[in-house]
Amino acid sequence: MTGADPGQIFREEAAELLVDLETALLHLEQRPTDREPLDTAFRALHTIKGSGSMFGFEAAASFTHHLESAFDRMRKGELAATTAMIGIALAAKDHIRTLIDDPANADAEAGDAILARLAEQSGSAAMSASLRQEHDDAEGRATWRVRFRLAPDALERGTNPLLLLDELRELGDAGIVALTDDVPPLEELEPTHCHIAWQVILTTAHPRSTIEDVFIFVIDETELTIEPVSASVPEPESAVVASEPPAPPSREPSAVTGHVPPKEPAVPKADAAAEKGKAHPATNSIRVPAERLDDLMDQVGELVIAHARLKQLISDSVDLQIKSVTEEIERLSNGLRDITMGIRMVPVESLFGRFRRLVRDLSQELGKDVVLTMSGEETELDKTMIERLNDPLVHIIRNSLDHGLEPAADRVAAGKPPQGRIHLSARHAGTRVLMTIRDDGRGLDRDRIRAKAEEQDLIPPGAKLSDAELFQLIFHPGFSTARTLTSVSGRGIGMDVVKRTIDGLRGTIEVSSTPGGGTEITLGLPLTLAIIDGLLVRVGQGRYVIPLFAVEECVELPPDVERRHANRNFLNIRGALVPFLRLRDSFGVRHPPDLYQKVVIISSGDKRVGLVVDQVLGDHQTVIKSMSKLHADVANFSGATILGDGSVALILDIAQIVAAGQVQEQRREAS
Amino acid sequence: MTKTILAVDDSASMRQMVKLTLSSAGYQVVEAADGRDALAKAKSGSFNMVLTDLNMPNMDGLALIRELRMLPAYRGIPIVFLTTESDAGKKAEAKTAGATAWIVKPFQQDQLLGVVKKIVGA
Repeated sequence: MTGADPGQIFREEAAELLVDLETALLHLEQRPTDREPLDTAFRALHTIKGSGSMFGFEAAASFTHHLESAFDRMRKGELAATTAMIGIALAAKDHIRTLIDDPANADAEAGDAILARLAEQSGSAAMSASLRQEHDDAEGRATWRVRFRLAPDALERGTNPLLLLDELRELGDAGIVALTDDVPPLEELEPTHCHIAWQVILTTAHPRSTIEDVFIFVIDETELTIEPVSASVPEPESAVVASEPPAPPSREPSAVTGHVPPKEPAVPKADAAAEKGKAHPATNSIRVPAERLDDLMDQVGELVIAHARLKQLISDSVDLQIKSVTEEIERLSNGLRDITMGIRMVPVESLFGRFRRLVRDLSQELGKDVVLTMSGEETELDKTMIERLNDPLVHIIRNSLDHGLEPAADRVAAGKPPQGRIHLSARHAGTRVLMTIRDDGRGLDRDRIRAKAEEQDLIPPGAKLSDAELFQLIFHPGFSTARTLTSVSGRGIGMDVVKRTIDGLRGTIEVSSTPGGGTEITLGLPLTLAIIDGLLVRVGQGRYVIPLFAVEECVELPPDVERRHANRNFLNIRGALVPFLRLRDSFGVRHPPDLYQKVVIISSGDKRVGLVVDQVLGDHQTVIKSMSKLHADVANFSGATILGDGSVALILDIAQIVAAGQVQEQRREAS
Repeated sequence: MTKTILAVDDSASMRQMVKLTLSSAGYQVVEAADGRDALAKAKSGSFNMVLTDLNMPNMDGLALIRELRMLPAYRGIPIVFLTTESDAGKKAEAKTAGATAWIVKPFQQDQLLGVVKKIVGA
């Protein structure tokens, strides 16, 4: 026994299986004749049922059983995977989740209602037959619950319970659970006694007597119960029903889909065996609590800092041996950092996958025909990041569905295909991941946004704004142009939450839109939250880190610009005027400035701002430490890091600083 | 790992039959002619299983089982005894003495192997 709560392990496993199930169901809905998603769904249900009953989730197991039966019949071609059927299965999947996660609050009536609909869909006669049939499948295999508790002194008499379990395993598919309820506290524990009882869920073609034979030498002293898992004993005619389904209409799909007709038992049997092999692939992965990864990341961060200190300490040394060791440590710590970050990376598929259901449900609710496509699902992102991206993406997709995509009639009138399309994509761009949500709807309404912004005094009437600037307004709190509130969106919350969350992740949002052609929202995200590449600069005596992804270039501040005064802070960068901020003024530095000031040009979105610093020290691998509570509200800084000599450098918050720079530009345009 | 079995019987032919059967299945077999012989061999060596007849001269099977169970090294070692269908009383007695399993005489080689495999593993 590992000491972990087996119930918890089951819940985690079930959660994954339910996600698989949902994905498979949605696939199936689009391609009802596909064998693969059907098999996946069946396997997921089968495992949930099997494990559920073993771990004490009887309600979930028995509920799942009915769904499994229906899917088994679909696999055999006796039932068609109709949209109605998928709908029921999705509802049932949600119900199973409640039964597992929160059995106390499971609504039994809702569950019964789902079962009733299921029975109706699958043809009540056939369903009741399958109910009677219970766990007996067509091959005459039966499932038994075998519980046994050996006599306390059985071990001393040479009985080896492991061999008994092995023997049960040889009889068929056995799920074995040790029942440790009667293990006494340590001080009362008799070490030579057997305190553990076992429960085995055994699916076997052997009769009950064979199971009893396993216990032949211990049967007198052992508490042994062997009971069929179903309450009722199969009736003879149900076996006939199972092997020869009577209803011709339900046979039709099998002809259409080319599924193997169920009256050739040999083939489905081979099928089942192959499927069993697939169901338990030898996975080389282990499950690790997220906190341990966080701890590991912390430690690696400390290692990177310690190494930076070491490097600085020996930078003046002439001892080549120490230098070579330091270089080796650098290589190792970099490797360790990359591996650790790699561990935390998961494909965005896990995130994107959730939206299939969202789009399906919302499009039905709104009566719009929408298809969700995706690309780049294999792109990897930090797990924490993926978790936090869920809500923003939900908001964006809801908005696309509700406001962006037009009803089918309008689409046809506009010369577009009636089916709306939402495309999710992810790809790497340098050290960032770009995630794009594109719809082919009506696009953002510039005039309405402008009118609304003026109404809310966000912009002066008649202000000149680029499209990008105009679109950024939709991220303003309380900004919603929806004419009518719907249950889906339009409550004026959402897009500002999106913006806040993405900012918190050091991400960027860009919006582009063509009238009638659709809207595209692109999120630029760092690969990880813990370590960034930064440019270390000096202002006065303080050192600061500028995230490297935002840095465009470094130039020298021409002396003639330097001489002019504060109100005209613009640089001519290859013909474009870029506003700049003197960080020494912003930070109130009194230390005399260096003779040759440098400007670091940073960008956020399509805006650029120059930052005047005294010295550019070079790139610096920055382990981000969050600021203390007291300093959390300080503007312009997003965090801090520890430098090689142990001193602290603050990390500049690019979004805020660029916004501050833009204020200057607006003043220039106004004047 | 090869499992070593101590086979105890006063009948040499019986011992030979047991030895042949078990050896062919990959077990190592040490023979003992009666309970006393068996106890001495058990004390000087180590075995994964003991297979004993009940009716033997010098020390009978029941006594052997009781003696073995008193040795710490043999507390959990499987002990299988040979009995006859009519001897229900002996069977209960042997089990009380600490036997793990039994084989009813006469038996087929398969049956012997089946029980040994069941009790001590392959």
